[in-house]
Amino acid sequence: MSADALSAAYPDTAGHFGRFGGRFVPEALVAALDELDGAWRAATADAGFRAELDALLRDYVGAPSLLYEARRFSAEVGARVLLKREDLNHTGAHKIRNVVGQALLTRRMGKRRVIAETGAGQHGVATATAAALFDLECVVYMGEVDTRRQALNVARMRMLGATVVPVTTGSRTLKDAMNEAMRDWVANVDDTHYLIGTAAGPHPFPAMVRDFVRGIGEEARQQCLDLTGGLPDAVAACVGGGSNALGIFHAFVPDADVRLYGFEAGGEGVETGRHAASITGGSSGVLHGTRTYVLQDADGQTVESHSISAGLDYPGVGPEHAWLHDSGRASYLPVDDDAAMAAFELLCRTEGIIPAIESAHALAGVRVIAPKLAAELGREPVVVVNLSGRGDKDVHTAGEYFGILDKEQ
Amino acid sequence: MSRIGVAFDKARADGRAVLVGCMPAGFPTVEGSIAAMRAMVEAGVDVIEVEIPYSDPVMDGPVIQRASDIALAGGVRTADALRIIEAVAAAGAPVVTMTYWNPIEQYGVDAFARDLAAAGGTGLITPDLIPDEAAEWLAASDTYGLDRTFLVSPSSTDARLEMTTRHCRGFVYATAVMGVTGARAQTSDAAPILVSRVRGVTDLPVGVGLGVGTGAQAATVAGYADAVIVGSALVRCLLDTPDLAGGLAALRTLSAELAEGVHNPAR
Repeated sequence: MSADALSAAYPDTAGHFGRFGGRFVPEALVAALDELDGAWRAATADAGFRAELDALLRDYVGAPSLLYEARRFSAEVGARVLLKREDLNHTGAHKIRNVVGQALLTRRMGKRRVIAETGAGQHGVATATAAALFDLECVVYMGEVDTRRQALNVARMRMLGATVVPVTTGSRTLKDAMNEAMRDWVANVDDTHYLIGTAAGPHPFPAMVRDFVRGIGEEARQQCLDLTGGLPDAVAACVGGGSNALGIFHAFVPDADVRLYGFEAGGEGVETGRHAASITGGSSGVLHGTRTYVLQDADGQTVESHSISAGLDYPGVGPEHAWLHDSGRASYLPVDDDAAMAAFELLCRTEGIIPAIESAHALAGVRVIAPKLAAELGREPVVVVNLSGRGDKDVHTAGEYFGILDKEQ
Repeated sequence: MSRIGVAFDKARADGRAVLVGCMPAGFPTVEGSIAAMRAMVEAGVDVIEVEIPYSDPVMDGPVIQRASDIALAGGVRTADALRIIEAVAAAGAPVVTMTYWNPIEQYGVDAFARDLAAAGGTGLITPDLIPDEAAEWLAASDTYGLDRTFLVSPSSTDARLEMTTRHCRGFVYATAVMGVTGARAQTSDAAPILVSRVRGVTDLPVGVGLGVGTGAQAATVAGYADAVIVGSALVRCLLDTPDLAGGLAALRTLSAELAEGVHNPAR
């Protein structure tokens, strides 16, 4: 199948990406998912909706985000690295693009309340932001572990008027936050929209979220053509649930010569079992309403994920990534905590940009693929990296990691 | 006809409803859960619903979540659940199984159906598998003669009620409220409406679950449904009592109260 056909044919009308995706949900949610699917399709076909969304993205989010040539970082890694500066968006990450899209849909469906799960807190902050803008009630579920390591974002959400509910079940991280949000949604589906923050969950979320963030790749593709006169040799992004990666990949899927690399959180190393690399170290299963790659034991019980990055600390991945992996169109590689933190430091010191630890996984991945690409191409490769978020929220984690906090702090 | 069909027919002939009591396999231990389920049968529970614990039970409230966590922390595996089902079926009550889809997918759908049937299980309740995604289960359940209970909800459209019940066998599970499992202070107003809508599209028995915790509530539901399904309130008997003997005593008392409510609703 050509890349064009690949891109156009999926998912099917029931949300299947090959053997992945679909809907594994309580019947109670089916009516709401059908309503959402219908509202999304109608909105997509509605020029008025599109114009309103485009205006919000331009005037409120700050899109298109810059494509910045990171010359000093490039010299260190042996590739011409172009950073897609999603960290400069309002609220500091790519997440806001999906959120304003779904918030507009929420209003269109006549619902007054949004709920969300969050790991690093970027999606929660984005949802709280849009809820303030659209005057919606907002409840954010966040694992108790994450409320501690991302305390700054908890404060931001509360300042914006959201209720943050620390989740104390299971591993007390993103997976458990998603369980609690699903339980809330089952009980309150009449007046509530579950604003899922990544391209995972039951249909239509994976395809809908991808479509709300695909502007990242559409912008980057044109910006790369304008800047370099050609397409990049590779596009790189970190992958937790996978929305920033799909956002930047999607426009390039038909470009067969552009390699797509997703970097998963390798935690303490995939071989240690303490990681969050669902594609590299997991197997096909059903989690949170979709069939995809999952970290699980032989009985299908979800295994706890581990990553220094709260935003990647999730034992599943969006089903489209599972399918891109199986089809061979994209490559997925693990990046462990130490490699990510080394790349984090390198970007700080060479470019004066503090990245999100999530995005640092993609930067670290470039250091791995650059020499291979250079050898293959016989020249310096051009790599577009999605700098999906900024690192302000990670200052405490990074400060502890590098041992640069004063004792009394 | 499956043993559960026999139980429903007998109850219908007696002009009464069936009491279904749910307990997670391996909670508080494998032996403890077998003792609990036997105690429930002895106290008058007609059908035992064995829930195979799952790490991410999104349809379950805090009580069953905690019990599932305890069972999983104790190391219970799908194979243990099948042994529990076999032991309880041997005690004389029909056993229906309930679990989320991933444990079955990992066991192997056909292998699970084969082993469930061999253990004496009558069928499976699938809270997160809708008929739309169930092709493999439809085939395996046909092969091994197992019942299929899909859920219907107050939010289900008429078309989905018809489609879902057409794929059911044994009985239909009507979720009484929009929400997760857990006893509630009042029974649902939505449930009788849903049951009557289901009766418009199928002759299968209809069980009502979610939120029933007392004999009085059970009697109310037994007034319009074919089965009253109780989970969290029974599980709580064991969660709230530190020693198993005390927990089993509490479980017997509540089971008898629920059975009285279900079997003699006009009392």
